[in-house]
Amino acid sequence: MTSWEIFLQQLFNGLLVGSFYGLVAIGYSMVYGIIKLLNFAHADIYMCGAFSGLIILGFLNPYVGNEWLGIIIALLLSMVLVGLLGVVIQRVAYRPMLKAPRLSILITALAVSMILYNTVLLMTQGQYKPFTTGLTHESFYIGALRMTETRMVLLLAALVLMFLLHMFITRTMYGKAMRAIALDRDTCQLMGVNVYMIIAITFFVGSALAAAAGIMAGVYYGTVHFFMGFLIGLKAFTAAVIGGIGIIPGAMLGGLLLGLLEAFGTQIPFIGSSWRDVFTFVFLILFLIFKPNGLLGRIESERM
Amino acid sequence: MSETILELKNLETRYGQIYALRGINIEVKKGEIVTLLGANGAGKSTTLKTISSLVPASEGTVKYFGEDITHSAPYSIVEKGLIHVPEGRMIFKELTVLENLELGSFTLKDNIERKKRINRVCELFPVLKERQKQMGGFLSGGEQQMLAIGRALMTEPKILMLDEPSMGLAPIIVQNIMDIIKQINSEGTTILLVEQNAKVALKLADRGYVLETGEIVMEGNADVLSTDESIVKAYLGE
Ligand SMILES: Nc1ncnc2c1ncn2[C@@H]1O[C@H](COP(=O)(O)OP(=O)(O)O)[C@@H](O)[C@H]1O
Ligand SMILES: [Mg+2]
Repeated sequence: MTSWEIFLQQLFNGLLVGSFYGLVAIGYSMVYGIIKLLNFAHADIYMCGAFSGLIILGFLNPYVGNEWLGIIIALLLSMVLVGLLGVVIQRVAYRPMLKAPRLSILITALAVSMILYNTVLLMTQGQYKPFTTGLTHESFYIGALRMTETRMVLLLAALVLMFLLHMFITRTMYGKAMRAIALDRDTCQLMGVNVYMIIAITFFVGSALAAAAGIMAGVYYGTVHFFMGFLIGLKAFTAAVIGGIGIIPGAMLGGLLLGLLEAFGTQIPFIGSSWRDVFTFVFLILFLIFKPNGLLGRIESERM
Repeated sequence: MSETILELKNLETRYGQIYALRGINIEVKKGEIVTLLGANGAGKSTTLKTISSLVPASEGTVKYFGEDITHSAPYSIVEKGLIHVPEGRMIFKELTVLENLELGSFTLKDNIERKKRINRVCELFPVLKERQKQMGGFLSGGEQQMLAIGRALMTEPKILMLDEPSMGLAPIIVQNIMDIIKQINSEGTTILLVEQNAKVALKLADRGYVLETGEIVMEGNADVLSTDESIVKAYLGE
């Protein structure tokens, strides 16, 4: 491959993986913005989304097949289902803790995370499950860029979801209320905003996007696993920090940027792909030291 | 005598062990401008926060059109038409002026009606119209106060409660704000005005209450209060 081909290839890979990071990072960032919680269970929500998609696709297969139509229906159903799971977790585990010290709710989130992945661990006996689809893996070229239909559709779908989310937070009253609560919860109450309802909506949207990312990752990598959320959870968290945690466009930007950094970072001589994760966390540490408010962040004193 | 629309009875509010309100009684009648005066720390803001349920009352009741709303959720109180403009204006500095106004009408589902109300508020405050697209934080103090009042008007409230709208503003701007409050009142909105600036507030108000460390120490018609010697001494700086 010429270096131009490598460049295009890595650019595409970076954007695709980065869009998964971004979709997961959005959930971290939205929840942090609205209730100042680092929701450790979010990575497990992503994993639950992948499994839910796999199961639903299995049911749908006899009727609509397991190609794009089936995958898209499974994706939408899983988004709703896992979105509701997020709402239930929020209601049962987090809402009673909203007035407690912040460390309590953080520990609650850790517990929720353990409950989720241990449940899936028991159900799957810790095995990798193939995410079987009927998609072709034939590749073709767009100019110098080698491409498969799967990769192209996945990137497109991720970008469409990000665009829809952007419209939601900038154009609807619920989205505006969400941003306003992140700025000043008491004043929102004086505007007649039912804060608990908006928090529930936030969990729904964040969880649904994570579920979508989980299914897309399943389709992309071909297998799912109870611990699949762990690494991407850390990376999405990194992406949220890079973009400025609490800031939704920042999470999308941070995700795409991190994907690109990883893709190109692994091309540096002597680094290679086995160092990819080290590369990511070096970035996290550098950001935390030198720009803790992230690229789009504002100055704020209290952090957790 | 017109009907009482807001009535506080033996209202008591505590922050942990601190008593901020020690059983106060206040009545607001339809169409009135009532002012609540008092020095810093007297409990004026706590009174408004208790009415709008931002802090819970520990004793006593808040009645609105005869209905007990003491323990209603803050959003449902707003839905009933009781709006509180908080101390320090508290506009959303990182949202645009337009978004601030829109959020004021969060309880409204009808977008056409929302636009109409925005136009009405912009007629009252032309400066907000000019600066619709700017971030709230770029407005001057006086403009921020106008935005805070305009945002509250988006719900078309029956009672508007204002917490120290004159705070930190130049006298000429204060006069401007007071004129607008007068105008809002003459268009049918009842006003509960919290002020430290007794001179300005008593000029505008029909009746007033004086609060001292959580207790009402005086009440009466504004013209009587403004000639009362102890008030003149304590709050009118003479
Ligand atoms: N969040 C709070 N926690 C503890 N004490 C408070 C709180 N808010 C107000 N107070 C206390 O309650 C009293 C009344 O305060 P406030 O209602 O703000 O007075 P005002 O608005 O008249 O200046 C003061 O002694 C104040 O220190
Ligand atoms: Mg006050």
